[in-house]
Amino acid sequence: MHIAIIGNGISGVTAARWIRKLSDHKITIISSETEHFYSRTALMYIYMGHMRYEDTKPYEDWFWSKNRIDLLHAHVNGVDFKSKHLDLDNGSKLNYDKLIIATGSKSNKFGWPGQDLDGVSGLYSFQDLENMELYSEGLKRAVVVGGGLIGLEMAEMFHSRDIPVSMIVRETNYWDNIMPIEEAQMIGDHIIEHGIDLRLESNLQEIIDDGHGKVSGIIVKETGDQIECGYVGLTAGVSPNVSFLKETDLNIERGIVVNEYLESNLMDVYAIGDCSQHSNPAPGRRPIEAVWYTGRIMGETVAHTICDKKTKYIPGIWFNSAKFLDIEYQVYGDIPRELPNGISSLFWKHADNKKSIRINFDTSTKVVIGFNLMGVRYRHEICDKWLAEGIHIEEMLPQLALANFDPEFYDCYEKEVVALYNEQNGTSISLNSKRGLNDVFSFLKNKIRA
Amino acid sequence: MKTLQHIGIGLFFTALVIFTGMLGLNNYEFKADAISIENVHHADVIKQKALEYEIYNTTYKSSFAAESAFKNVLNSAQKTLEENFKNGIAPEGVSEWDYRMGNGWIKGYSNSHVIAAANGPIKKSPMQFFLLTFGLAILGGLLFIIPKFSGIEGIKNNSIYHHALTRGLTFRWKALFLSATTLGVLLYGISYMGYNLLWPIITAVATLVIMALVIYKHEDKENRPARSSSPDITGWLGMIAGVYFIIFYILLYWMPQHITAWTDMVSPISQALSGNGASQWFLYGLMYSVIVIVMGLRMLAKYRHNKYQIWRTSSVMFFQTAFAFLIPEILVRLNQPWYDFKNIWPLDYDFFFNYNLNELTQSGGLGIFMLVWGILLTLIGVPLFTYFFGKRWYCSWVCGCGGLAETMGDPYRQLSDKSLRAWKYERYIIHGVLLFAVIMTLMVLYSYFSGNSQILFLNSDNVRTWYGFLIGSAFAGVVGTGFYPLMGNRVWCRFGCPLAAYLGLVQKFKSRFRITTNGGQCISCGNCSTYCEMGIDVRWYAQRGQDIVRSSCVGCGICSAVCPRGVLRLENGSVDVDSRAMELRTIHVAEGDVRLLD
Repeated sequence: MHIAIIGNGISGVTAARWIRKLSDHKITIISSETEHFYSRTALMYIYMGHMRYEDTKPYEDWFWSKNRIDLLHAHVNGVDFKSKHLDLDNGSKLNYDKLIIATGSKSNKFGWPGQDLDGVSGLYSFQDLENMELYSEGLKRAVVVGGGLIGLEMAEMFHSRDIPVSMIVRETNYWDNIMPIEEAQMIGDHIIEHGIDLRLESNLQEIIDDGHGKVSGIIVKETGDQIECGYVGLTAGVSPNVSFLKETDLNIERGIVVNEYLESNLMDVYAIGDCSQHSNPAPGRRPIEAVWYTGRIMGETVAHTICDKKTKYIPGIWFNSAKFLDIEYQVYGDIPRELPNGISSLFWKHADNKKSIRINFDTSTKVVIGFNLMGVRYRHEICDKWLAEGIHIEEMLPQLALANFDPEFYDCYEKEVVALYNEQNGTSISLNSKRGLNDVFSFLKNKIRA
Repeated sequence: MKTLQHIGIGLFFTALVIFTGMLGLNNYEFKADAISIENVHHADVIKQKALEYEIYNTTYKSSFAAESAFKNVLNSAQKTLEENFKNGIAPEGVSEWDYRMGNGWIKGYSNSHVIAAANGPIKKSPMQFFLLTFGLAILGGLLFIIPKFSGIEGIKNNSIYHHALTRGLTFRWKALFLSATTLGVLLYGISYMGYNLLWPIITAVATLVIMALVIYKHEDKENRPARSSSPDITGWLGMIAGVYFIIFYILLYWMPQHITAWTDMVSPISQALSGNGASQWFLYGLMYSVIVIVMGLRMLAKYRHNKYQIWRTSSVMFFQTAFAFLIPEILVRLNQPWYDFKNIWPLDYDFFFNYNLNELTQSGGLGIFMLVWGILLTLIGVPLFTYFFGKRWYCSWVCGCGGLAETMGDPYRQLSDKSLRAWKYERYIIHGVLLFAVIMTLMVLYSYFSGNSQILFLNSDNVRTWYGFLIGSAFAGVVGTGFYPLMGNRVWCRFGCPLAAYLGLVQKFKSRFRITTNGGQCISCGNCSTYCEMGIDVRWYAQRGQDIVRSSCVGCGICSAVCPRGVLRLENGSVDVDSRAMELRTIHVAEGDVRLLD
């Protein structure tokens, strides 16, 4: 059986690796982006000079032939689902028995005037990075439109090369469409501390043409301010990269619609990763989740299904992480931007305005439902287990130190978190465990509830 | 700030130019009363020849001219002694070896007399030169480093791969440096061993066997060109720095007669500490400590947000300055043996040499304590501490080589080769060196107790000399430090150090230490692998949620520091010592049988 995978990102590559682990099927991965799989999350580090492109490849180049995974550096122009073949840009056709579509995302453009000028680009692909590099020489100022993770990454990239950056952000605080206000403000303060020109509650009016088809500046809608710049980064989110399949029988809404087995409406066609849209997402999960680990889990899941071990996609309890310039961020469970009725939040913040710990819990049942951490690392497995068990916050707090994952010798703030809870709730809980690997193991292994 | 830093760089380079240039400032003049040779037969002939060749009261402008003149005298004296011996003129009762003057004697006499003949501005005003070199370099370094303490805390790796000093070499350049160095060491080794070809040949064969084992043994695809070793661009500044370091080490180890300007300069400091003039080893110890302290400050500035790094760096700064430098010098002042209490056999490869054993056993209670302490460290200290904390307790907290690598070497940590092929070389070479060290030491001990230095067809003195030359000097120094800007800052620790191999075996098979990965948070970005100085592909483990147990890990903690997602933590735990790294922690397809596949 020949399995073709379109896209060599984390989803497609994970699928290929697991199919190889589970079977002897012939596997071909087709991509026009790069010859080999690289980690796109590290694009920024190439630009910043922390790493080279070579260093972003998670596997050495011999890995693919050793594992009999064929790599095809070509662009898929279209798919003939009836005769089961791909039309490639080199004019050839590639037949398949089963097809996995893992084409990822593309940057959103909302019809802004000038959005297709030279020097205007998102940051998603390797080509986007090359484009950024191309315009960086002698660049006097860059503008980043959009206040998400990629927007801040892009700002950090320019900033690392001493190129002044302005960030045009629609929201009142950076990323406050996702983050609770306290954390959003903390990040905003940090962005400004770094000397990045953060313009909140601002929208892009238009991108100005220099008369030669290249960007020369932008106009901010709210103020009418004109910002001269030689580069505009469009980072107002991403959407599934599926336009080349629009005119086919494949069921596409925003992304390729798949069921819980990652099957599309067509026989032998699967979609995974950023480009897939789940018709029936698990509770608390969104239909499209463009994050690294969901792509990885989908790849692993679809491989099982294809190799006759039909497996449901179960992403588990939500988690994620990021780094905002120098502030690390981790989230486990449900942390809405605004507290709904019936949910309480225990929020502790360090005086340096760079660390905070937030624990959300149900006001009446006191069941813990989420952790939001800034500048502090928590242990995934511990948080996941507490959340899965629906632990009572007053049962959890005494052992909160188990979750701490900061390096050795770091100050631990769990005591302060517990004290804060006591103060707010008139309780007298005391922290009774220290962080330590043996305790973690005994907790993880001995207290498994169904 | 930037201006201050630029001034700092300027001062540092001025100091470096003076430091290099001062080697040409000494004059050399041999004086009749300065010929100091204990062997009366040698002394008589040499003094007579010296007059004949009229080397007295001639001023030689360079150490090379002086050396050449004195060697003429020695060669001629050697010839005369040979002839005398043949003709039976040698006095009764004097052994052949005491009378004839072998090549080894020539080297020793020549070096000591050229060094004694040195004279010039440096001897007259050593402190001025010290201030112009060490002083200016330290000042420049501090001006460059102190501003780094201001500004926002966080990982500062911007533009490392844009900079000509730290971006590394292409695979071809690296291969060129490696083969040239290997060849150079072997060729020089032939003359070092007095044209005894046995050991250079054994080494060359061992080198070829290891290469064959790595490249041809498994005829598989893993041996295609290594990944991380081939950047597109080459750091020319790094190459210059590497060549400078290499030349420095060659002079330091093997040609002390050419660096009298440096030793003269630091002699007053040595006098003040130990009461003796400075040898090249004092110079080296002083430079080493100064560099570890100044570059340690840089490390503290860079990682001031990270308490693990602060403690660790302070620790290596302390152990280098106190244990490796000051305490041994003070011991000498107190008429005790020079001893570094934290140096451990087999890194301290001459610990069991007869002269060291004799010195320790003849130095009273303290000497015996040193002997027992050294043996206990090797036999009990290493396994015990490594069981509790991993090999990091030594390699990145205490060791001098590690201390230099973690301070002066930090800007080059990203240049380590992460390919599987490099790992294969590593395992053959480092365990080969450990084996060599053990065999060499056993032979030396056998000779010590039996008084017989011939074992089968091997001579334990030659084995010892070759080990000192090849491993102790060429590998640990010339390659170990000279290759910082070429192949990363832990070349010696990773490929060569026999103690690291020993610690690593304990760490791999019986230790509570591991690097834990944090569930499913890894995004495969590769910062951890890139900044692993030991060339461990940390990401390989992290992305599959596997804890990292590798014998080479020195526990520097930088992978954990540079991880943008909080994935890695250095930890000790006793409950799973024998099953560390068995579980995959990635939270994903949660079917029992699938989770543990791989």
